[in-house]
This record gives sequence, C-alpha cells and structure tokens, in this order.
Amino acid sequence: MRSIIDILDLSVEELDELVAKAQDIMANPKKYAHKCEGKKLATMFYEPSTRTRLSFEAAMYELGGNVLSVASAASSSAAKGESVADTARMISCYADILAMRHPKEGAPLVASMNATIPVVNAGDGGHNHPTQTLADLLTIHCEKGRFTDLTIGLCGDLKFGRTVHSLIAAMCRYSGVKFVLIAPEELKLPGYVKTQHILPSGHEFVETTDLESVMPQLDVLYMTRVQKERFFNEEDYLRLKDSYILTPDKLKTAKQDLIIMHPLPRVNEISVAVDQDPRACYFKQALYGKFMREALILKLLEVD
Amino acid sequence: MNIDSIINGIVIDHIAAGRGMMLYKLLHLDRLDCSVAIIKNVHSNKMGKKDIIKVDAAIDLNTDVIGYVDPDATVNIIRDGKLVEKKAIELPEKLVNVIRCKNPRCISSTEQELPQAFVLTDRKNRVYRCRYCETKAER
Repeated sequence: MRSIIDILDLSVEELDELVAKAQDIMANPKKYAHKCEGKKLATMFYEPSTRTRLSFEAAMYELGGNVLSVASAASSSAAKGESVADTARMISCYADILAMRHPKEGAPLVASMNATIPVVNAGDGGHNHPTQTLADLLTIHCEKGRFTDLTIGLCGDLKFGRTVHSLIAAMCRYSGVKFVLIAPEELKLPGYVKTQHILPSGHEFVETTDLESVMPQLDVLYMTRVQKERFFNEEDYLRLKDSYILTPDKLKTAKQDLIIMHPLPRVNEISVAVDQDPRACYFKQALYGKFMREALILKLLEVD
Repeated sequence: MNIDSIINGIVIDHIAAGRGMMLYKLLHLDRLDCSVAIIKNVHSNKMGKKDIIKVDAAIDLNTDVIGYVDPDATVNIIRDGKLVEKKAIELPEKLVNVIRCKNPRCISSTEQELPQAFVLTDRKNRVYRCRYCETKAER
C-alpha cells in the first residue's frame, strides 16, 4: 500500500508512467470509465479548496467510483478535538483511498502512518501539494512536449509557495533545466530549497526582482499568488500582494511558444486580459490536474 | 578551580565550549539527585576552550542526545575511580522526543501524543529537520 505525501515519493520512472497513463485517459476516457467501480474515495478538506477537491471528486467519478466527503473541519469530528491519527483510522473503515487537505504541515503524513488505506496529500499548509505538482508536470509535458532543456521562470511568492518548492524539486531531476526565480526580497525562495534541490542537481539558477528583464528567455512562466493565509501580519501582506501583475504589455517580449501557468486561484497577479492570449495555460492546467489525479488513484488502488 | 574526581560515574569531555548547558538540559541532568558539575570554558590544548560535565552516578545516558549536541564529545565511564569504557559518539540519524519543532503550523504542535521526530538531512552541516513539516531544528 502506497501513500503520496511528497512529490519525491514518486520516482522519475513513476512520474513518467503517470504522465503516460494520464495522456491515455485523456485520449480514451471510455476505457477507464468503470475501472474504480465499487471503490470509494474519501475527501477530507480541513482548509478551503475548490479546484483540488472538485478535481479529486471528478477524477473518481470519471473512473466509475464513488466519493465520501466531509464539507469542512467544522462539520467533522475534528471540531470535537479528534486527532488526525484517529480520523485516519476511522476513514480506513469506510473508504478505499483518502485525499486530505489540512492546515497543519505534516498532517497527511500522520494520517498515512495510521491509515490502512492509501493517503494522498491534497495540500498541508505551506508545505507540500504533490498533486498540484503532478498537474503542473502534465501541463508542461503536454504543452512543451518535454521536461528537459527548459528555462522555467517562477514568479511571485517563492517563500510560502508550496507548489513552487515541489515543482522545483520535481524538475531538478531532469536535464538542461534552468530556473529563473523572480520575487521581492521578502518572498525569495528559501535557502533550503536551493541547498536541497537546485545546488545538488547542478542546474543553473538566477534570482531577480525584475520580471520584464528576464521575460524573453523564458519557456515556462509559473505565476503565483501572494497568499494572505500564510502571513501572520496583514501589513506585510498588503505591502507585497501587488508585487507582480502580468499584463499583455509585459508579455510583448516573451517567446511565442511561452506557456503561462498558475496553480490558481488567481487574485490579480494575472490580468484577465491575458486569458485571451494563446500562451495562457492556467485553466488547461486545472483540467490536466483531473487526469493526473485519475492516473494517481488508479496507481494507488493498484488498478490497471 | 578544583572539582573532585568521581569514583563511579560519567565524564562527558571535549564538549564544544558553550554547549555544556544545552547538553545538561537535553539530558535532563537537572532531575538527578547526585552531584553534577558543569565546567565551562576549560582550557584545552586541542580545542582552545571546552565544556565538561561530570555526573557522580552510574546512569544510562542517551548517546543520541550527546551526538546531536556535539558528536565530537567523548563519554568516559568511571568505575572505582578508573576509566573502564569510552563510548563512541556519532551524529544520530533520528532524534525522537529530544527537541521540539518550533513551527506553529506543524502538526506536532497540536496532535496528541505524536512523538517529536527529527531526521538528519545534511550530515556535513549537521542539519536536522522535523519529520512532519521539514522545519530546520534551531540549535
């Protein structure tokens, strides 16, 4: 029985398999429509979510399975003080696989240590969000046709942005990748992400505060939101939230085959005028996420 | 300054200067009834300055704690006034219930009876990270 807590729980070969499986699901949805009949996915989301939760649930329905769901932490036994460990043991009695989002970092790991069913981390605070990274990887593969030899710009909140950390960790395993890290001083990529992932991989990286100056070199631009919920101090949030706003004007010097990604939700960091640009991929990215979650559910339930 | 030699007990020697008190706390030596001496900033030919802890009783010591605080420290077991054993100290791969995670967002701050667990992630720089949230342990 496997659980996925961190994107690095999956080897490069397994990631390649998942990408191939997701592409097959996209091409032949009927072939997979009954693969999970009789199986149940439990979704426990203790933090707000639209995309991830609906994407997991849609993925299970499209595989012919069913979904058990708790609307919020307030309506679960967590409100009565139940531990994550006990919740995981209890859910194991009812479901075949659990997707958990929790504000406390490490909660899905604790769930996986106590559950008797596979657990998928659907986001734990500012820590990990591996299925978003799977969605990001499928987007890059489908839109660019490769994972190698890419210059990837990551822009916005690189400090608290868990999707950024996981994407860097995953992309460091492919050759010829260059990272361009675009962030205000206060939201720079934490040193440990560099020392644990980028430096050992030997990949080139540059840090800048100026998005427009690096725009022409990018193959991928990954925008992020400055997340209000990660700040203890609202003053800091208000000062930093509008650091980067992508507009059609700023894209004038970008490559024609650039892809613009965003894990969503967007607030104002990408102007809605950019949505019409064929290089905007963020809504497709949400769709790719569903196919990737289908592939992951099949893998963890050991269904061919 | 004179500190009596011990007859039956333990001498933790060659502790990096300034780390003796941390080791005293993490080993919970304050809970002992016997004599315990912390000697700070002792002259050392090799180290310049070092700390020494003497415990005047034969107790079980958690060598993982000593390895975490200073893997270069030495542990000498004294019996009948003679050195009978030198314990090897190594940087431990894991630390369980030795230090606490200081990240208020970590599940270990709220989950009942969850062990405080850290893993060695960078041997060269002696970096430990929380098993749950990966926050770096502050020394």
